[in-house]
Amino acid sequence: MQLELKNLYDDFRDANTMRAYAKIIHEDAKKLDQTYHIMEVCGGHTHTIMKYGILQLLPENIKFVHGPGCPVCIMPKERIDHAYVLAMQNDVILVTLGDMIKVPGSNGSLQDARSKGADVRFVYSPLDCLTIAAQNPEKKIIFFAIGFETTTPMTAALLNAVTQKNITNILFHINHVTVPEAMSALIADDTSNISAFLGPAHVSVISGSKIYEEFPRDYKKPVVVSGFEPVDVMQSISMIVKQFVEKRCELEVEYKRAVSYEGNLKAQELIDKYFQKAESFRWRGLGDIPKSGLRLRDTYDALNAEIMYKKILPTQKIDDHKLCICGDILRGKANPLECKIFGTVCKPTSPIGSCMVSSEGACAAYYKYGNLL
Amino acid sequence: MTATVSLACGNGGEENNELISSVFYKAFKNEILDKSEDAAIIHNGELAFSTDSFTVSPLFFAGADIGKLAVCGTCNDLAMMGAQPKYLTCSVIIEEGFELEELEKIVASMKKELQINAATVVSGDTKVVPRGSVDKIFINTTGIGEVIKKGISSNKITSEDLILVNRDIGCHGATIFAAREGIDMSSALQSDCNSLFPQVKALLDANIEITAMRDATRGGVSAVLNEWAKQSNICIEVEEEKIPVGDEVKGICEMLGFEATALANEGTFVLAVKKQDAQKAVEILQTFKNCSQATIIAHVSTRHLQKVILKSPWGTSRFLETPTGELLPRIC
Repeated sequence: MQLELKNLYDDFRDANTMRAYAKIIHEDAKKLDQTYHIMEVCGGHTHTIMKYGILQLLPENIKFVHGPGCPVCIMPKERIDHAYVLAMQNDVILVTLGDMIKVPGSNGSLQDARSKGADVRFVYSPLDCLTIAAQNPEKKIIFFAIGFETTTPMTAALLNAVTQKNITNILFHINHVTVPEAMSALIADDTSNISAFLGPAHVSVISGSKIYEEFPRDYKKPVVVSGFEPVDVMQSISMIVKQFVEKRCELEVEYKRAVSYEGNLKAQELIDKYFQKAESFRWRGLGDIPKSGLRLRDTYDALNAEIMYKKILPTQKIDDHKLCICGDILRGKANPLECKIFGTVCKPTSPIGSCMVSSEGACAAYYKYGNLL
Repeated sequence: MTATVSLACGNGGEENNELISSVFYKAFKNEILDKSEDAAIIHNGELAFSTDSFTVSPLFFAGADIGKLAVCGTCNDLAMMGAQPKYLTCSVIIEEGFELEELEKIVASMKKELQINAATVVSGDTKVVPRGSVDKIFINTTGIGEVIKKGISSNKITSEDLILVNRDIGCHGATIFAAREGIDMSSALQSDCNSLFPQVKALLDANIEITAMRDATRGGVSAVLNEWAKQSNICIEVEEEKIPVGDEVKGICEMLGFEATALANEGTFVLAVKKQDAQKAVEILQTFKNCSQATIIAHVSTRHLQKVILKSPWGTSRFLETPTGELLPRIC
């Protein structure tokens, strides 16, 4: 039998299974005497939760806090400004992934740069840069690399090709970030209101579930690593609720069909070859989080656009808007509707805070689906 | 609106609407234009009149080419107003260096499609511009049709209507995206590009009570439903599992994170038909090639006026939005 793409998702969207899990969750939640807040860390899960209306299937005392796991939402404006400045160079083709080109920096988005004549392209696979570089030998191709552990190996694969083939016209601007450091930063604050985590799917395929061990152990927060399909998410919620009921606090994996404890060791090795932890990365909405970002190892300075173009890149940090409460929303302490600028100054077409930037942010979801949530 | 015109302003979605209303509608404002129909109804309701410009990359793609597209596009806009396409003009802007053989191929497919519509090109214009001034070839067609069923309008849909589609959706958008981005797939995926007048005529010949029709081009089915919800001040409640989407289109949507309802179509239309005739309309549509999946997808209510609600098979619902921005793949 030939395996078709639809075999990979049809069963995970089955209506009866969805209803059955909803029933189990409702019954278990009746045994709880308080309200619990589950954070889905990853934007992919936020997308599933919104797209499939999962909040509508949950009891009153099980709430969700939408986490910081959307790579474009967390990008601080100063980094987008870097991309913009690089794109505006005459001899540069700036390449990045998907919806990064929509996000506004202080001078506008990469889309705006493109309408002013910049050559900005998006690719599905960073390896497409090799073709672009070969077709444009007189240009510098700068890959503006974004994303969590999921996309880092793809950037590493491009680095590998560039170094092995001695390609001289591809450079890198690295903005890769890592999930566990952001999770710790969110709960390190005593006032945060997060009871458990729904662990990312694709990130965990690469990193393995081992990266979440500290959360049940040191912070007393259950983690269930979940797949991205609606049935995956419902099953994972049910597993978390069962932990609450049985007063357990463990790391569990629902997404067993793809996630192992160790993860993809080959990918990890490749990442380790080219990257090291950066001192700190500044997250839009959360501020500086130590060790939460990656940088190119010093050996590869010649490929590092941040070093090679240092003279023209703006250095000023841009603070989040004073009235923006994304930080509190991400810690589960506030709801988007409590924000003074929500829906007035801050809208999906002119986002002020990180949670309004893409459809994976909590504020954008409230804005779009508000009266159906 | 941003101070420059971005690509997003041409997506058939929200930014596109904003550009049109803030610049063109404002300047050209009049009663006919304000109706915002697929084609203008003029001359005491007897004629339908519409124009469309075509640019597509690649020029030749699975299922059609820019020539077929240019005739179907304008003829379909006329057909959507219950009009028989009659006379077309054809203006072509060609980039210096364009191969004559390709041009002949394009014109041959225009000719073939004109025959299907029983329409003729009665006037035309050709411009050749220096290399780089246009992307290979741009074609404009303008058409006049004779209204054979008066009163079809997207401004008067009520809860007495049911909403139908004539076939599975999203094929054109998915085909173009796959071709443009060089996604190689072993699949039978083809653009749905097709003349719709024969289907419209069959429905009218059977005296089906059609309230409105619109071909779901840029912005896809979701743009049409959202426009209708606003124009008729209604709520459209769509059953997600009833929307016909082929496996290939679903696959591309899964890979790239698109919604089939936001993908462009060139031979797919949405109909609002009186309840008592809806089933019969489905049966008539199903007799046409590639339309075996014609079906009822939605009903009209007053739950959230001017909104489209998408209902999942497990009882949850969300708003189906007019697509915004450029269609960009999700990252993870």
